[in-house]
Amino acid sequence: MANTETMTLNMGPQHPSTHGVLRLVVELDGEVIQSITPHIGYLHRGVEKLSEHRTYHQTLPLTDRLDYLAPMHNNLGYVLAVEKLLDLEVPERAQTIRVIMAELTRIMSHLVWLACHALDIGAMTVFIYCFREREEIMNIYEKISGARMTTNYFRIGGLSKDVYEGFEADVRKIIDTFPGFFDQYEGLLTKNTIWLNRTIGNGVISAEDAIDYGITGPALRGSGVDWDLRRDNPYSGYEKYSFKVPVGEKCDTFDRYKVRLIEMREAVKILRQALDSLKPGPILADDPQVCYPPKEAVYNTIEGLIHHFKIASEGFPAPEGEIYLGVENPKGELGYYIVSDGGTKPYRMKIRSPSFVNLQSMEKMCKGAMIADLIAVIGTLDIVLGEIDR
Amino acid sequence: MGYEILGLPLIYYLAMLGKVIVVFLFVLLTVAYATYAERKIIGHMQVRLGPMETAWHGLLQPIADGLKLFFKEEIIPSQASKLVFLLSPFIALVPAFIAFAVIPFGDTIEIAGYKIPLQIAAYYDTAAGKVIDVNVGVLYILAMAGMGVYGIVLAGWSSNNKYSLLGGLRSAAQVISYELAASFALVAVFMLSESLSLQKIVADQAGVFGWYVWKQPLAFILFCICSVAETNRTPFDLPEAENELVAGFGTEYSSMKYAMFFMAEYANMVTVSAVAATFFLGGWQGPTPWPILNFVAKVYFFMFCFIWIRATYPRYRYDQLMRLGWKVFLPLALLNIVVTGIVVTLFK
Repeated sequence: MANTETMTLNMGPQHPSTHGVLRLVVELDGEVIQSITPHIGYLHRGVEKLSEHRTYHQTLPLTDRLDYLAPMHNNLGYVLAVEKLLDLEVPERAQTIRVIMAELTRIMSHLVWLACHALDIGAMTVFIYCFREREEIMNIYEKISGARMTTNYFRIGGLSKDVYEGFEADVRKIIDTFPGFFDQYEGLLTKNTIWLNRTIGNGVISAEDAIDYGITGPALRGSGVDWDLRRDNPYSGYEKYSFKVPVGEKCDTFDRYKVRLIEMREAVKILRQALDSLKPGPILADDPQVCYPPKEAVYNTIEGLIHHFKIASEGFPAPEGEIYLGVENPKGELGYYIVSDGGTKPYRMKIRSPSFVNLQSMEKMCKGAMIADLIAVIGTLDIVLGEIDR
Repeated sequence: MGYEILGLPLIYYLAMLGKVIVVFLFVLLTVAYATYAERKIIGHMQVRLGPMETAWHGLLQPIADGLKLFFKEEIIPSQASKLVFLLSPFIALVPAFIAFAVIPFGDTIEIAGYKIPLQIAAYYDTAAGKVIDVNVGVLYILAMAGMGVYGIVLAGWSSNNKYSLLGGLRSAAQVISYELAASFALVAVFMLSESLSLQKIVADQAGVFGWYVWKQPLAFILFCICSVAETNRTPFDLPEAENELVAGFGTEYSSMKYAMFFMAEYANMVTVSAVAATFFLGGWQGPTPWPILNFVAKVYFFMFCFIWIRATYPRYRYDQLMRLGWKVFLPLALLNIVVTGIVVTLFK
């Protein structure tokens, strides 16, 4: 009888398709996967701990760096959580602009997902196409906030500044052109036999299992669970927009792919509605205790300068209590759990990152599959290490 | 020109040497510029520009790449099987080049009253009044194509790296199974030509409508797909699937040894393209009256298709690839042989 042994393969942290610095210790029997142990922590920066030593305003830039492919959405979750803690009312214009930026971010994040997922499966042209379109959104980012990834555009109580001139035209251009680009990607992938062979039946996880593992976002909806926080627990005025929540049936990689593509199309619809309802108005809540004064006041009046200095150096005290707020990040439910002891800094902040939770289902999805399937699963889970390690 | 060696005039040997040099340079240049063409073509397909910095539109890029690789450090892993590790790039590269020896790339030309056939391993027999070439040319090509895989398998094994090992294993399984289907596709062609000599096969395909592609369309398609698999190109580039196995069998290779694998891949593409052109598109016959141009154009057409496919398709999974090879292509090739056999017998 032949003597067979399993082989332990160490994938990553440097590997072309572990999306950053994920390390997987894979037990292989030939090419068949016996077990997977993810090792994380290579990108740990201690965001949660750092935030305990910063005022609420100062923590905001740290949240950009969680899911660096969807920075605005991370900011959104954080400012919404703090606003809920403070019970602060945000002006409508600020809310609408937040939704526009959040949906642009969703498209951008899904574009990177599609790009990398396709590249992992070998379709490299889709990769370049997606990045071409992502650049359009990046340009808007850059114009609106001055940065392409670490945007830090939102503020507790509103926005850091109003949108630039020509913003609406730029977003309209995206609304008009992007559905055509999505057709292009679908043309290259959706009916491609090889793509179907690789994705249908790959990484199956049933709805019950998905819920048990705590999977959220498109990965959960791909398994047939109709759950979207934007609709089921609306925030930032999402209840005003009508959009479909796509749901998969077969719980496999192809369904998750379809779900994300439809989500991008729905995001364009939300963009259109939000842009149509955008009216002039204030962009920052009228609460001098919390919000920074306008820049003109800071530069030209002594009161403004003192006001700015006080908020920047001391921050604002938040009422005692604890708060949890989850938002529908492109990758799943991003939750901020903040405990306040009444001081100007959070006593404790815990970030529930969707990638971290979704990653746990990897072994379940891959057991008995092949290495190539594992790569497809990494792609379909759409993990970002910045968020897993925090 | 009075000298004779083994009953053949000296000029035959000189001509053969000349042909070897010309063909070698042609393949070498094609290989070098295929890498450039690939980057340019895929670049433009992906709305990029490709290399632009070295000379006009990056025309010197292959030379710059070659120089760079030449001066890179040779790295041999301490746990590698050294001899095999050093030898395997050669095993991969040499068969890719020498397969060209039997491929006719033009009609017979006349130099100083002697007729010289444009095929390396061939001479003109004045007494018989015809070209004599290797009468088992097809077998020779298949044998050489089979040799090349040893380079990859041994490279994968000798590197002592798990990714390389997996790449080598994939490659062994893949090349063997697809070579079978490709060979059976070719069998149908020499059932029609009733010869394994490539001269005869080309001579049979006079005129565009005489091309075997019209008589054997299924064999043509099978051969084309199988040859993509045999040369380890997308969508069958599993042995070096970057996103799965880092660089597959080539993970531990650096410097010129890596360059040799790279050249072997492209040389294989050239050879396979030449074989496809010879067997199915009439070799140097038609459509233009210039034989060499015909041949080169057909080879480049196939090369372009290789590149085009790479820009378009994702990659198969290992087991799907094997299933496709054994359960679809092989039965189809066998069926094709049976049908060809029946038709040939009936209409003789």
